[in-house]
Amino acid sequence: MNSFLKKALVISAISFAPVAFAADMTGAGATFPYPIYAKWAEAYKAKTGSNLNYQSIGSSGGIKQIKAKTVDFGATDNPVKFEDLEKDGMVQFPAIIGGVVPVMNVDGVKPGELKLDGPTLADIFQGVISDWSDKRIALMNPGVKIPSGPITVVHRADGSGTTAIFTDYLAKTSTLWKDAVGAGASVKWPAASSVGGKGNEGVAANVSRVKNSVGYVEYAYAKKNKMTHIALKNKEGNFVQPDDLTFAAAAAGTDWAKIPGMGTFITDAAGAKSWPITGASFILLYKNPDNKANAAEVMKFFDFGFKEGKNMAMELDYVPMPDSTTDFIRKNVFSKVVTK
Amino acid sequence: MIESTQSHSAPTPQALRIAKVQRIQDFLFYGITQFFALTVLIALLGIIISLISNAWPALSTFGIGFFFSQEWDVVQGQFGGLIAIYGTLATSIIALLIAVPLSFGIAVFLTELCPSSLRRPLGTAVELLAAVPSIIYGMFGLFIFAPLFAEYVQPALGGTLGQIPGLGILFSGAFNGIGILSAGLILAMMILPFIASVMRDVFEIVPPVLKESAYGIGCTTWEVVKNVVLPYTKAGVIGGVMLGLGRALGETMAVTFVIGNAHRLSPSLFSPGTSIASTLANEFGEAEAGNHLSSLFALGLALFIITFIVLALAKWMLNNMEKKQGLKT
Repeated sequence: MNSFLKKALVISAISFAPVAFAADMTGAGATFPYPIYAKWAEAYKAKTGSNLNYQSIGSSGGIKQIKAKTVDFGATDNPVKFEDLEKDGMVQFPAIIGGVVPVMNVDGVKPGELKLDGPTLADIFQGVISDWSDKRIALMNPGVKIPSGPITVVHRADGSGTTAIFTDYLAKTSTLWKDAVGAGASVKWPAASSVGGKGNEGVAANVSRVKNSVGYVEYAYAKKNKMTHIALKNKEGNFVQPDDLTFAAAAAGTDWAKIPGMGTFITDAAGAKSWPITGASFILLYKNPDNKANAAEVMKFFDFGFKEGKNMAMELDYVPMPDSTTDFIRKNVFSKVVTK
Repeated sequence: MIESTQSHSAPTPQALRIAKVQRIQDFLFYGITQFFALTVLIALLGIIISLISNAWPALSTFGIGFFFSQEWDVVQGQFGGLIAIYGTLATSIIALLIAVPLSFGIAVFLTELCPSSLRRPLGTAVELLAAVPSIIYGMFGLFIFAPLFAEYVQPALGGTLGQIPGLGILFSGAFNGIGILSAGLILAMMILPFIASVMRDVFEIVPPVLKESAYGIGCTTWEVVKNVVLPYTKAGVIGGVMLGLGRALGETMAVTFVIGNAHRLSPSLFSPGTSIASTLANEFGEAEAGNHLSSLFALGLALFIITFIVLALAKWMLNNMEKKQGLKT
């Protein structure tokens, strides 16, 4: 028994040896960027041996965990305000871009066939337009046959960065929505017939099961579940379909460098091809972290993602950050973090 | 015999030693079991204290009106528990209205009428139904039950009961298969095996001689059940119903799937609502510290109070019935 124990100890010491030299980073937060962080982490581990343990517990959870200092970095889709960052001694930078897509389930309507603008979409989610046969929908969609039926609105039941991006867009384009509902990670949904689903997958499941429903999910979920998405009118007046090109077009017009704390939604962005409900997912770090070696490793990890993870991001329908922005992040954000 | 002859002589030192050891053993046994029993009380007190202290910020901001306000607005920071409390009570009552008569029928058939070859497979099936995890009921509810319910049952209910003046408002609104009524029906399915198996077990302990005497003087099966079995077992029957109600009040996952999770109060049973447990499941992880989190604790406290009232009512009913029978004074 004793010799067995000794052997086991020796074996475990040998097998854990390489890991002991590399850092074990921990992070927690947004669910939306989890697939790409996981993919980057796999590639990064193969290259450096450093392991990332990322828990996708939701954006508010990520902020809570970094404030409690239980993780090396927090991740959120709902950016933290600059004043709050300063108060807590944190820095924030966007790591990846994606889009939110309105989806529907109406018999006979094909993906991307239905076109809406912001105020109409807001009125549907507010319950002002409560039937698919409404004149305003028909006027915007000549030639599309839309059967009549009472609209069921599907929204997130949990607080969510996706909801924050989506309601920010509705509030920007519809003053009625802005005054009555507002924007935030969870809002009071006013439509008489609205149903909540937990997580992106909950909304996707409800929209697929409930006839005449409309909801909103991250683009990857709409694509994966082959859902019927809705084309939207952007700021320039063009109807656009959601894909990585229109997300990238929206992000191109955003000058992150000019925004204190870099925290912004990319909703209702300028540009002929811009998808109007685009957003970035943000990373939170302490300027003077307790575990300096891990913080340095976290920055190396995201630097790796920015440089070598672009193709991985595009494979998963995300949009990588533009080079000009990543240069800015290296020079102006990473430099603020004390690592020695 | 031998002991009685020795009873007057003084106990031997050996016997005294044994008696001493036994006394210590008894004392230890008493102390240990008492400690175990007290841990339950300590845990309960701990839960109550932590619930109240965490719920206090919300209760002091919104006052007792928290339990009667239907406001739940995270953006504006206004919270009230009425919608969730209503949803919890409404779904549980619907579940009981359906599950109690059905389980009564199942239990009577299994104990009084069933041919013995069917008794075992049917009884096992009921018990197996009780062992299905609640998430399975939730998935079944959302993916299979809700679409069928929206397609066939809701239009039928809306076309018949929905047309009755007054009552019709309960069955109005969009037919989307998700809402208070669906949640109540799924809950009924979940608590039915619990109530049925408890009822069956207590019906089985009725002494055969009582039943046979009743049959002997010419009673029908229904008369035997009504006048012999039920009076003999009513404590057990009420216990079974309360067990089911307790599960229905606290059920989380299955309800979250089908209730619709909407903070809105509507008279229609077709409309989506929310229950205390599903609100907690949905919002706890993402709630910001402050009034939102504290309001969720206050909802937990409300559920605790509701469960306590239900238990107290059951106890009171039992006491009352025993008094009427003259078993207690």
